[in-house]
Amino acid sequence: MEEGKFVMPPDLQSEFAEALRDPGLPLPSGVIAHNSRLPQKRFAVYRNNVMVGLIGALEARYPATKRIVGEEFFAAAARLFATAHPPRSSLMMTYGDQFPDFLGAFKPAAAVPYLADVARLEAARTRAYHAADAKPLTPAELAGFGPDALAGLRFILHPSIEIVVSTFPIVTIWAMNADEIELAPLADWRGEDALVARPALDVEVRRLPAGAATFLQSLAGGKPLGAAANAALASSPDFDLAINLASLFSTGFAIEATQEPLEDLQP
Amino acid sequence: MRIPSTLPASAGVGFKPQHFAAITAARQPLGFFEVHAENYMGAGGPPHAQLSFLRESYALSIHGVGLSIGSPEPLDRDHLARLKQLCERYQPESFSEHLAWSSHGGIFFNDLLPLPYTEASLASIIAHVDEVQTALGRRMLLENPATYLRFAQSTIPEPAFLAAIARATGCGLLLDVNNVFVSARNHGADARAYLAEFPLDLVGEIHLAGHFETVDDAGAPLCIDAHGSPVIDDVLALYDEVIARSGPLPTLIEWDNDVPDWDTLRAQALVAQGRLDRAHNPGRARSAA
Repeated sequence: MEEGKFVMPPDLQSEFAEALRDPGLPLPSGVIAHNSRLPQKRFAVYRNNVMVGLIGALEARYPATKRIVGEEFFAAAARLFATAHPPRSSLMMTYGDQFPDFLGAFKPAAAVPYLADVARLEAARTRAYHAADAKPLTPAELAGFGPDALAGLRFILHPSIEIVVSTFPIVTIWAMNADEIELAPLADWRGEDALVARPALDVEVRRLPAGAATFLQSLAGGKPLGAAANAALASSPDFDLAINLASLFSTGFAIEATQEPLEDLQP
Repeated sequence: MRIPSTLPASAGVGFKPQHFAAITAARQPLGFFEVHAENYMGAGGPPHAQLSFLRESYALSIHGVGLSIGSPEPLDRDHLARLKQLCERYQPESFSEHLAWSSHGGIFFNDLLPLPYTEASLASIIAHVDEVQTALGRRMLLENPATYLRFAQSTIPEPAFLAAIARATGCGLLLDVNNVFVSARNHGADARAYLAEFPLDLVGEIHLAGHFETVDDAGAPLCIDAHGSPVIDDVLALYDEVIARSGPLPTLIEWDNDVPDWDTLRAQALVAQGRLDRAHNPGRARSAA
């Protein structure tokens, strides 16, 4: 580094940023220490801090996923993800939304085929945690419509709700690895659809009964109750409308009901 | 008219959700709580529920880590908008950020990265601080960094650099005494010489934190600003000297990693409060920074 050479700040920052991401690059221009002309180890502190911070963020977001594959494997996968997909926003609570897709394509994880879907469930949990607050529809408000109006009602669901469908028993697997239930061999290996929601302050994870995913997705898509129930029955003959309707209101997942088509409500 | 920082000149701690139940079980002997702005940029849920609850009873400091004021690139408009929304919602007694950069070329590094102190970087940062204060409609505090490297390009010493920013923009300074200790040790410099040059009249808040020591390329001590341990006696000694000169100042215990239980964290704050009580000097009453 020549004494007195004027280096444009943006170039210096580019060099620094690129060297942070690529250990193969030389130290950025002008970086010095009082006792060393090539402070590699000092620069490595920054590089290490960045990577450890990103791995930590992914560990915090995907604790059950980490438990399934173990700390070492998870950290290695997280490091590869963080290198290929660094954060593009300072909103770190959204970082790692793409991690489940990455795991789904990650060859070393092929022996754990349910891993990506369990990660999807966990990703939904953090989104639910930060989702907007909304008051649930009360039974009194619902009763105001009258029993004949029920089939034509459209519902707005709580903003925190997400559904994760899977051909794997992901709710059970997640619950076992999140200390919600005891770890045990799965007697019944079948697909489970997860509902993730935060109607109040606590994030809830529920295993949906037959047809419920279709029912809720139809409601969320603006279909009136009758049509949503028909869609659910078509997807699964075991769909029980009474149980699902009761759940919708007891859980606080519906926040608004209207007899108008939802598109008519747009301002 | 810009809102000045008005934290009480007593000890406070960083609020961590795992302490919420303990904190709200009884009135705490603390002046304020501080939070990281970015943790409260979601739409709802427990973060806002807890912060709203705390806000009713305690003064609040919002401390940003992701604005990247030290970058020559333009400020992230979305991030600034989120900060504005947060400050409008909670009306904190103080908003602060760092003399550091964290974003470049669309990538967010999630760390506080160093910059050279030159006339060019000074002008860039003054413009950024002006933009932030205008957008938020309030005066901000700018924090001195912990650094592991210096730049050959630098022409201005760090205390003078910070003083120049404060004088040009009207912002205040956040003096992190642990960062002063860490940086001095890392650069073979004297923390007391740094503090002698530091414009204490512009300081609106003090941070105290822990660090750990490793070694650098030459086998010399290298302090890492980890915020994961108690404040060491050497740092408390520097703190005593600062507040003997400045009078009592709002003092935050910054413990972000390996967060201890509530009793331990509160005890650390009470150590700082004890120092503040001893330093009370009626002859040098401080106006609100």
